[in-house]
Amino acid sequence: MLSALTLILCCQLAGELITRFAGLPVPGPVAGMVILFTLLAIKGSVPDDIGAVADTLLRHLALLFVPAGVGVMAHMGLLGQDWLPISVALVGSTLATIAVTALVMNRLARAGSSDSAEADNG
Amino acid sequence: MGKLTDVWVYLSASPLMFLTLTLAAFQAGTWLYDRSGHKPFLNPVLTAVIVVVGLLTLSGTSYETYFEGAQFVHFLLGPATVALAIPLYRQFDRVRRSALALITSLLCGSLTAIGSAIGLGWVLGASRETLLSLAPKSVTAPVAMGITEQLGGLPSLTAVLVILTGILGAVLGPPLLNLIGVKDWRARGLALGTASHGIGTARALQVNELAGAFSGLAMGLNALATAILLPILWRLFF
Repeated sequence: MLSALTLILCCQLAGELITRFAGLPVPGPVAGMVILFTLLAIKGSVPDDIGAVADTLLRHLALLFVPAGVGVMAHMGLLGQDWLPISVALVGSTLATIAVTALVMNRLARAGSSDSAEADNG
Repeated sequence: MGKLTDVWVYLSASPLMFLTLTLAAFQAGTWLYDRSGHKPFLNPVLTAVIVVVGLLTLSGTSYETYFEGAQFVHFLLGPATVALAIPLYRQFDRVRRSALALITSLLCGSLTAIGSAIGLGWVLGASRETLLSLAPKSVTAPVAMGITEQLGGLPSLTAVLVILTGILGAVLGPPLLNLIGVKDWRARGLALGTASHGIGTARALQVNELAGAFSGLAMGLNALATAILLPILWRLFF
C-alpha cells in the first residue's frame, strides 16, 4: 500500500519537475500520469497494490473537487458583474461541446459496437 | 455561553473542523444522490459545495480559513490524476483501436468548447477579461489558469469558471447524451472529459471504467490541445 502511494507521488514529483524545467503547457500531475502509464507499459501489468490504491483514490475523485468548488464564494463579486454572458456561455458551450464530441466519436467509432451499452444516468 | 465561544474559536482555528465539514457535506450529498436514484442534478459535488458555502457564509468564515482544513483533500487531486494511468492502461487496447476517431472527435470538441464560450460571451457583451477567463473553461484548472494568465485574463476567475463547467458537465452531460442517443461508452466518456475535465471524469468513472479511461485521456489531451489552439485563435480573431 505504502510503496504504491510512494510510487504515485514519485511520478507526480517527476511530472512537476519535467514540466517546470521544460516549460511544457501541461500540469505536473498529467505528466505524472503519462510517466506512470509508461512504467506500467514497460512492466506489462498493473501490480495489485498499485491497482488497489488507484481504485481507492479514483472511487472518491469527485470529493477532491469540493474544496476548489467552494472557492466560488470568494468570487461572487466578479461573477455578479458579467453574470448573464457567463451563465449563458457556460451552459451553452458545455452542452455544445458534449454534443459535438459525442456525436463525432459515435459516428467515427461505430465499428466496435460491442463497447456500447444501454443508456443510463452515466 | 463563554465556554461555547471558546470551543468555537479553538475549533475554527484548527484544520480538523473544515476537513470534517468537507467530508461530511460530500457524504450527505452522496446519500441524497443515492436516495434519489441518481438524479444528475443532485450531483454530490454540487450539493457539497452548496452546503459548505452556506455554512461558511452563515458562520462568517472566510474561504482562506476553510481552505486550511480542506487543502488536505485538495492535495489528493494530484495523486488521483496520476492514478488515472491505471484505468487508461487497463483499457488501452480499446483506446488504441479507436485512436484516429478519438483524436478527430477531441479536436472538434476542443474547438467547439473554445469557440462557443468566446462566441456566446462576446454576443452577450462580456468584458475582455471575462472572455479570456471563459475561453479555457473546459480545461483542467492548473492549465486553464496558466493559459488565461498568459493571454491577460483573470486566473482566479478562470478557476471558478472551470469548476462550474465541470459541475455543469457532470449534471447536464448524461441526460443530454441520452437525449441525443449516444450509448457508446467511449463516446460518452470522451465527451464528458473534453467538456468538463476531472469532474466529468469522476462522473464517467462511477458508471463505467471504459468511459472513465476515455474521459481521463480526453481531459489530458484537451488540456494540451487548448494550450496550443487558444492563443493562436485568440490572436487571429482579436
